Amino acid sequence: MTDTIPITYDREPTQYRHWSLAVEGAVATLTLRVDENGGLRPGYQLKRNSYDLGVDIELNDALNRLRFEHPQVRAVIVTSALDRMFCAGANIYMLARSSHAAKVNFCRFTNETRNFMEDASRRSGLAFIAACNGTAAGGGYELALACDEIWLVDDRSSTVSLPEVPLLGVLPGTGGLTRLTDKRRVRRDLADVFCTDPDGARGRRACEWGLVDRTVPPQRFEAAVKARAEELAARPGLPAGDPVPLMPLDRRLEVDGYRYPYVRVWIDDARRLAEIVVSGPSKPVTVERTAGWWPLAAARALEDAVLMLRTNHEQIGAWVLRTEGDPEALLAVDALLAGGMETDQFLRETVAWWRRALARLDVTSRSLIALIEPGSCFAGPLMELALAADRSFMFQPLDEPETAPRVALGALNRAGLEMVNGRTRLDCRFSGIVPNFPSGTLGPGEALAAGLVTFAPDELDWEDEVRLALEERAALSPDALTGMEASLRFGGAETLATKIFGRLSAWQNWIFSRPNAVGEDGALKRFGSGARPGFDWGRV
Amino acid sequence: MTVDYRGRIPNNIDLSGDRRLQRALEHWQPRFLNWWHELGPDGFQAADVYLRTATAVDARGWASFGHVRMPDYRWGIFLAEPDHDRRIGFGDEMGRPVWPEVPGEHRAALRRLIVTQGDTEPASVEQQRRLGHSCPSLYDLRNLFQVNVEEGRHLWAMVYLLHAYFGRDGREEAEELLYRHSGDPDNPRILTTFNEPIEDWLSFFMFTYFTDRDGKYQLKSFAESAFDPLARTCSFMLTEEAHHMFVGETGIARIVKRTLEVMQALGKDDPDAVRAQGAIDLPTLQRYINFWFSSSLDLFGSETSSNAAAYFAAGLKGRPDEANFDDHTCLDTTERIAVPDGDGGIREEEVPTRNAMNEITRALYVKDCAIGVTRWNRTIKRAGFDAKLFLPSTHFRRTIGRWAGAPVTPDGTLMSDDLYHRSLPGWLPTEEDKAYVHSLMHAVTEPGKMAGWIAPPARGIDGKPVDYDYVKLH
Repeated sequence: MTDTIPITYDREPTQYRHWSLAVEGAVATLTLRVDENGGLRPGYQLKRNSYDLGVDIELNDALNRLRFEHPQVRAVIVTSALDRMFCAGANIYMLARSSHAAKVNFCRFTNETRNFMEDASRRSGLAFIAACNGTAAGGGYELALACDEIWLVDDRSSTVSLPEVPLLGVLPGTGGLTRLTDKRRVRRDLADVFCTDPDGARGRRACEWGLVDRTVPPQRFEAAVKARAEELAARPGLPAGDPVPLMPLDRRLEVDGYRYPYVRVWIDDARRLAEIVVSGPSKPVTVERTAGWWPLAAARALEDAVLMLRTNHEQIGAWVLRTEGDPEALLAVDALLAGGMETDQFLRETVAWWRRALARLDVTSRSLIALIEPGSCFAGPLMELALAADRSFMFQPLDEPETAPRVALGALNRAGLEMVNGRTRLDCRFSGIVPNFPSGTLGPGEALAAGLVTFAPDELDWEDEVRLALEERAALSPDALTGMEASLRFGGAETLATKIFGRLSAWQNWIFSRPNAVGEDGALKRFGSGARPGFDWGRV
Repeated sequence: MTVDYRGRIPNNIDLSGDRRLQRALEHWQPRFLNWWHELGPDGFQAADVYLRTATAVDARGWASFGHVRMPDYRWGIFLAEPDHDRRIGFGDEMGRPVWPEVPGEHRAALRRLIVTQGDTEPASVEQQRRLGHSCPSLYDLRNLFQVNVEEGRHLWAMVYLLHAYFGRDGREEAEELLYRHSGDPDNPRILTTFNEPIEDWLSFFMFTYFTDRDGKYQLKSFAESAFDPLARTCSFMLTEEAHHMFVGETGIARIVKRTLEVMQALGKDDPDAVRAQGAIDLPTLQRYINFWFSSSLDLFGSETSSNAAAYFAAGLKGRPDEANFDDHTCLDTTERIAVPDGDGGIREEEVPTRNAMNEITRALYVKDCAIGVTRWNRTIKRAGFDAKLFLPSTHFRRTIGRWAGAPVTPDGTLMSDDLYHRSLPGWLPTEEDKAYVHSLMHAVTEPGKMAGWIAPPARGIDGKPVDYDYVKLH
């Protein structure tokens, strides 16, 4: 548990301290002006548009608002309100003061936000332009890298840079290295030069090396970016639906967890266990364009529960995933969403929210155990919970087979809720060779035979099997589990996103725990003190 | 070492022995001259100006005087004499031999420091390029041009370092120093202050007194550097910079003197009456001081700075006259600095000494600034008036550092934001002040004659009389 007030992830634009969102026709402008004294935790000042988790939480919220409250927006300009400074990246003093877990959590969330920007541009046709009207350093440049195009003001001073290695002795941890080579296809030797020069590159070289797309002199910069945004916004796409206001998230703090509409979280500190229970819709679902609509409300609540547990309950090592409701109702939801997501913007964005919530689950460093019990509704989008789990248990009644829980696959399980590697959980689970499943809902025996659940203990064994599995899990090394689970969850070929969440994050997290970064003489600890880092020169 | 005047580029670094560097600098030279023609003093390129030029860098022989057209000025590369046993005087590597080359570890930081310093040198020439048309005398015109050619030479000094020690990157940066232009919205100079044009001579004297003095303190800090070529370059630049301070201090002193003469003749200090006589009233002078002092303070950077700490630790940039301090490592010591308490008051904050280097340097600078002010006040008192000029609080009108945006009066009192914003225009030169000062700016080019708002200097240049033909206009 954190010793201070918990971090929450829900925001309202009226509460923003760091970002402002302006919408003009089909173009939105997200402007960063970080409130120096608006850090999430005390003890550091967010100078020069440097950010902490709180700044990114607002960005994440703004991205959601764009998709629902401003559905007409097709292009987004990301820029800064400061003079000659786009964004200086993650605040170093914040990082130096943070626990290892807080640093990792921070990087994971910021990575997710950037990934979701790319997801929005790939699958929702939102074009992002980073309008670097000043220097973009470190995480500031990484934010730009997450955009479709990077425009840099050519005032002969402003630069883009990734100074983490030379200045801080850590990595650009928000995808910078990977996006340089894999997204922008910067040649690796040039990337090597770029990433070791704390001053980075100015206009001409930045363009030549592919670090930015365009440079424009200051006087024409704003107009040129705007013209480009208008151009991108005019590309063909789905017709815009009506705005759907995202009403404040209804999260209640209970003595033993959290309660949302359709999601309940129980936290058992003694067993280091949390239970997340998602309830299916209480009545047949037809399209209702409000934030309270079950498919949207449940996805929002699930996502928030994941974030709250991840950030504020570090000691809770295993999450039990349960559902309650009617599988047929979930199949109806599935059909509705899958049928409309290609043609209806609101449905497309609702599916995208599920995709994001589930993607957060995939990169969560907790053991995920799905319990499929009588009265549950693991079907369609909620079946993804079972597929995202490291293991699943399906209850097998002894006598009355009609009381057996049933699971079912829908269209969304085959397209729409892909993991960050671009593959469905089914595809990953079966290593690319997805078998044909019997149609309709499946009972425990069929689900087990089809490989959709791990175990199907009978009524007599159920309690013990589940208890033993959880207790056994709780005894294993949390670090080893994190590494093991992360490796097994993402089988198959690497993508940009899996490299960022796997390779890059793993290296970064290794560096974050090494004395060369965080020891008393480490570069991160020493930064800004005027004392120089003392390195152990051994190459490990 | 004597200066070698035989080659195209005068120098005391045995340039002819380093063909690569010689070629690089000879390649840069015509670009510099183009820049000088385009953006150097406007309208006086053909005039013969009585300028001093370095002939040797030791105390006795460094300057020789003669009439020269500015484009023919022998810009060159002069370093202070080497001290072969010189040791690093501060920071983590204190006591070890200084570096004759740039250590790879510090390459980027040194390049950044040199580029930022170098960018200010041509910037001030650009800022002042039209001043010649409204000179108060030939004596002052000559001083302006002397300052200009020396700023040009300081650019050479920085360009030399970039070419000699920073490879291809250095050459590119040297080019950029000529591409960025003061006040050009598309290619501005790096520091904001250096993008404001200087359009009247009062501002010019204020600039040379306050802003060039920041340059002096930066150079003094660099003169301590463990990177020996930088230290030696800056040591010599300081001898030139001293003249710029002199121009500023005596310029303001002569304005004060003239104003006092008018006040004495009138028997009162009423600003309107003083203005009616064509002199600059003391309250206007004070407003100009408020403006220039506060904007120059920002050039030192934030009160607490991780960069400053890193530069000190690494030995890149010390404190001015480092030898005057007792502790040269400053590892465990702290400083108390005044910061706004966020609640309308002031509190003291204890910060590691290394992080407070900017503030330490700023404090020395403020002390140095006060000397001239004391002198001007002595003249005022001697003339029988009670008025006093003063330096505003270091917390007044700051845009950088802990006091940035804080509503502080010139005497250092915190007030409400609202009242501050209403009062601020009255503390700075008003549009009316500027219009009045501007109205006084008419060229006086007859030898020995002075504009009516400034007294003649006590003596001329290089032992020449005040009415000497310092600039021969054709």
